[in-house]
Amino acid sequence: MSKFRKDGKKSMPAISTASLPDIVFMLLFFFMVTTVMRPTELKVKIKTPEASEVTKLKKKSLVSYIYIGKPNDKATYGTKDHRIQLDDMIQDPWDDVSQIISFINTQRAAMQPADVPKMRVQIKADSEVMMKQVTDVKQELRKAQAYKINYSTTEKRD
Amino acid sequence: MASNRRGLPEINAGSMADIAFLLLIFFLVTTTMDTPFGISTKLPPMPEENVEPPEINERNILLVLVNTQNQLLINNEFNDITTLKNRVKRFVTKDADNPKKAIVSLQCLDATEYGMYIQVQDEIAKAYKEIRNDASLMLFGKQYLDLEESERDIIQDDYPKLLSEAEPRTKTGK
Repeated sequence: MSKFRKDGKKSMPAISTASLPDIVFMLLFFFMVTTVMRPTELKVKIKTPEASEVTKLKKKSLVSYIYIGKPNDKATYGTKDHRIQLDDMIQDPWDDVSQIISFINTQRAAMQPADVPKMRVQIKADSEVMMKQVTDVKQELRKAQAYKINYSTTEKRD
Repeated sequence: MASNRRGLPEINAGSMADIAFLLLIFFLVTTTMDTPFGISTKLPPMPEENVEPPEINERNILLVLVNTQNQLLINNEFNDITTLKNRVKRFVTKDADNPKKAIVSLQCLDATEYGMYIQVQDEIAKAYKEIRNDASLMLFGKQYLDLEESERDIIQDDYPKLLSEAEPRTKTGK
């Protein structure tokens, strides 16, 4: 010891690391709170069909979602029809697709201009939905010039 | 209280940070893992008015109809979903003039279930995957998935997936 302390300098007091966990915990809570598992709250019940030839959508921020399924709120919307949900709004009546074009445009407006051509719309529909409803949605998407779409599925292994 | 006088040895809090970091990293990783996936397709632009659809030889079209009972009609023959894949494969590689010209036309009724539609789409995608894989083994001696980007483009060029969906017929009254 004495060998290294010829000058008689005092050793540096150790920096207390006791508050480090607090900082990290703060970061942790920040991430826990801000990360959302799903962009919007689902108001319709959806059991997507199974498929094996699936592609993963890399950039989540470029994906817009259209949900079609039986509404959870049975009192307001009844149990008969599948409903289309855009953002947080369930469309009324069941075959109303008039809002889709404006929905796509608002989604586009929220993106960086360079990202707009890369936008993809994912249709999350229940497997029992009638094709009429899906076809209507697709027609509207074509009108809105949102050609890149994706049918959400659950993965099937075989 | 006697022990208090001597003072408790301080618990080393340095490792707390590590634990918290571990949790933090866990959350960072798991929240990005959840990527959406499904069957990707591209919709055609809206048809321009007064433009006649191009004439296509009947030989180069495989017409797949799906009815409300989830039954299939392939080129006017009653068929099962399990045979669809091989039917598409045969059509693309043998029946059509050229794989580049082979068009699979998929038509649904209004009341067809979406789940069935996805199954059909999936089977067609499977058929094309196998066709491309066979071609890749022939040409490069490798699995399609192991190919380079440029090689993959060659295969995709030779075997394009041409899936046509009929324009929905406008009916008055439901």
